[in-house]
Amino acid sequence: MLHTVNKSPFEKNSLSSCLAHAKEGSAILLIEDGVYGALKGSKMAAEVQDAMGKFTLYALGPDLKARGIADKIIDGVKVIDYAGFVDLACENDKVQSWL
Amino acid sequence: MATMNVNGRELEVDEEGYLIDLSQWDRAAGEELAKSEGVEMTESHWEVIDFLREYYEEYQIAPAVRVLTKAIGKKLGPDKGNSKYLYELFPYGPAKQACKIAGLPKPTGCI
Amino acid sequence: MGGDVKKFMYVNRKAPHGTVYALESLEVVLIGAAFEQDVSVVFIDDGVFEIVKGQVTTEVEMKNFSNTYKALEMYDVEKLYVSKDSLEERGLSEDDLIVDVEVKTAAEIAALMEEQDVILSF
Repeated sequence: MLHTVNKSPFEKNSLSSCLAHAKEGSAILLIEDGVYGALKGSKMAAEVQDAMGKFTLYALGPDLKARGIADKIIDGVKVIDYAGFVDLACENDKVQSWL
Repeated sequence: MATMNVNGRELEVDEEGYLIDLSQWDRAAGEELAKSEGVEMTESHWEVIDFLREYYEEYQIAPAVRVLTKAIGKKLGPDKGNSKYLYELFPYGPAKQACKIAGLPKPTGCI
Repeated sequence: MGGDVKKFMYVNRKAPHGTVYALESLEVVLIGAAFEQDVSVVFIDDGVFEIVKGQVTTEVEMKNFSNTYKALEMYDVEKLYVSKDSLEERGLSEDDLIVDVEVKTAAEIAALMEEQDVILSF
């Protein structure tokens, strides 16, 4: 399953809740303010890094660039574009949005 | 949506005649917008228009008159950085009228 | 303009592009600058993301208003404060910001808030 998270992890617990409830092997895509969850050296970074053993983590490139953090993200987070977003949505049987 | 014809191109403008897409602006569009404002463009006018476009490019905002006056003074000298000079060029308000001719949105805070 | 000068503080706590709060706040600051009051702008929590440098919004097709913060100085809005804790929690430092700011502790920001006549929150 593909999970998308579009809220800042510093303002809402959408990302933590997603990480806690997603099944191992899921794809997790950070979009909009959700991309702040990929920030290197933040107070969320350890939790996200731990989760990377269980899930494949993606972040939407255009949203990273808009926020000026494209070069500040945790190693191993896969950056994708809009076409990659569409591919992920097609590859997975279901999409769940963590709002 | 209202449009304005510039050499055969139809450019969208809002209900007050401001250009919708500032990337469509060129000197010909500026001339046409000036005509709608009853302003006859001279080199002095273009100097202010070019300044406004550069300012917008850098700050993504059309400056308030007070800020425009100060910034023009800094760049083009005190004889141009004063409201008398700018109002002579753009009688209905340098920020409002010049911004329109420059293809920029109405300055923030302008009623 | 005359009259009493009051101390106005704008408190920004929202990330820039996900909601309209940041842009609205910036516009209110710019409009308010015409009234020649004693203005300060504070960035706390996700508000610090508003002034992160290097924002490029072409692909998301939104206005890149981060450049507009650089114009605040010309509007005589010169007191910009940033929460030290908020920066650190996000792995950011003063060097990551697009404008010159004063980094303040929570206690220092609390003291500044006490000095104000009006506080506007976004």
